[in-house]
Amino acid sequence: MNPPSENRPPLLEVRGLKMYFPVSEGVLARRQLGEVKAVDGVNLTIEKGETLGLVGESGCGKTTMGRCILRLERPTAGEIRYDGVDIATLDRKSLLSLRRRIQVIFQDPYSSLNPRMKIGTILSEPMKVHGIEPDAHRRAERVRELLTLCGLNPGFIDRYPHEMSGGQRQRVGIARALALEPEFIVCDEAVSALDVSIQAQIINLLEDLREKFALTYLFIAHDLSVVRHLCQRVAVMYLGRVVELASCDELFDHPRHPYTKALLAAVPVPDPTVEAGRTFQPLSGEVPSPINPPSGCVFHPRCPIAVNDCKQIRPEPRELHSGHWVACGEVA
Amino acid sequence: MTLAAPTPTGNAVVASGYAARRALGSVLSFFRRQPVGSIGVVLMLIVAFAGIFANVLAPYNPTANDFAAMTQPPSWAHWLGTDQLGRDLLSRILFGARTALVVGVTSAVVGGASGLVLGVGSAYFGGRIDLVLQRLLDIVMSFPLIIMALAVVSIFGTGVHNVIFAITIPLIPRCARVVRSSALAIREVPYIDAARALGYSHRRIILRHMVPNVVAPFLIMLTSFVGQAILAEAALSYLGLGVQEPVPAWGLMLQGGAEEYATTAPWIAIFPGLAIMLTVFGINLFGDALRDVLDPKLRDR
Repeated sequence: MNPPSENRPPLLEVRGLKMYFPVSEGVLARRQLGEVKAVDGVNLTIEKGETLGLVGESGCGKTTMGRCILRLERPTAGEIRYDGVDIATLDRKSLLSLRRRIQVIFQDPYSSLNPRMKIGTILSEPMKVHGIEPDAHRRAERVRELLTLCGLNPGFIDRYPHEMSGGQRQRVGIARALALEPEFIVCDEAVSALDVSIQAQIINLLEDLREKFALTYLFIAHDLSVVRHLCQRVAVMYLGRVVELASCDELFDHPRHPYTKALLAAVPVPDPTVEAGRTFQPLSGEVPSPINPPSGCVFHPRCPIAVNDCKQIRPEPRELHSGHWVACGEVA
Repeated sequence: MTLAAPTPTGNAVVASGYAARRALGSVLSFFRRQPVGSIGVVLMLIVAFAGIFANVLAPYNPTANDFAAMTQPPSWAHWLGTDQLGRDLLSRILFGARTALVVGVTSAVVGGASGLVLGVGSAYFGGRIDLVLQRLLDIVMSFPLIIMALAVVSIFGTGVHNVIFAITIPLIPRCARVVRSSALAIREVPYIDAARALGYSHRRIILRHMVPNVVAPFLIMLTSFVGQAILAEAALSYLGLGVQEPVPAWGLMLQGGAEEYATTAPWIAIFPGLAIMLTVFGINLFGDALRDVLDPKLRDR
């Protein structure tokens, strides 16, 4: 799924990515019972400086996608080309230089900081390990700069995470991601766990930082309004596959895939009179198990427009018009 | 940050003063909230004091025989009486505290630390390493502590060093098992993922990020290990497979006194028995209180 062709190669290019987790039984003689197909053949590109939203319901594989790109998981198959280099199969040592360039912000500000470390240690440790700032005083200075940059009082350097609020901790998480001066950040539900007012602050901070440091984000979320605000392009995932990818406005205004339509229709309207008058048909059935996904198009058992072919043929993504890709044979 | 930045040294002094006050505060709050545990602390302090200053406190040489004063009941000259060789029991109990402390603390700390690293490592690496390691520990665990210690002593011989070794070995898997279960939960926590994404080494993640977070269950276990090790040492010595005469050890004193002199000179067995009981009792009281303090679910009740 390529955006409008440009001269330079994309910063990140994911091709045919698969991440299967084995489900096995037995201690001595391990029997493999099956595989959880968390990510099953995903193609994506992210241009330098853009924010790509990755949306979908729980368990659709969006977090696993992020973890593969961060190489916290080793993908079962497929390529992850970062700046031209396939990082899907790199070993631990070769990954080290990559770690400086790709960083992560987690969902839960409470469990993403080591409770036994002071904020100063949490932020200076990455610089120490990567030899960015060998001098301890300069490092402490850098930590103060990072705290200020993320809207925190530099005096927090001597605090422990439990002495701070959720929003403050999330800012520390962002500061930690910035400590190595990365160019690409995976935001894994980075604002989902925060109060709405704090969410807005953190989103603004992420936007400021993107401009200041020319950052590129992969923004994993389930909150569509946040995605619409922050992202240039959006990919919709369902059961390990990307079903639709388009520019943000295009996707929200003209969704084509029946799943995207259902997803957008499920967003409540913040006006009770409009909401009451809305006819909304929720999708029937449950999300099928990723251990044994449906044949053909994974969405066909719940799809309102499915035809017989959908049970056999897996729809390949096709470009409806410039930059709008849909993995469905029935829409035009 | 140019404005009113405190000097680094001034900062350090303030910080260390603050840390000291905080430590003192938590000690005081422990005594206030855990009166029973405080009894344990006092008992442990008495034993530690006796062991450390035995050479100053003991009125007699603990290994000197005095055949003019054998099996004497407690008196002003010998507060706790003398044994069948005329050795002063009080002196022997004070020096016995030293033996118990050396054996108990050394085996608990060495066994606990080895178990800590093995347990956290096993949980962190997971997969095949975890599987093999855990089955090995299962084998060691399948023997009761004292049986395992007996086996080790009968292979390597008796004496203080071998007793420590013999008690350390069976403590390792017991610690590793408990630590592993806590570490497994911590392994899944996002800050470990963050550490991996930041490219930290396995060593750094295990020692700096995982170990400090399993310290609470570890400390509770460590105290109970000291008690278990002291009991095991006494049992081994009582069976004649531990510390050897004339080194003063409580188990050994019990053995010398219990059989022949149980009716004629009961103090020979009673006092070392009391010493063992009070020491282990104190350690267990302290361990229970420590669990209440360190377990966040029970705290502030």
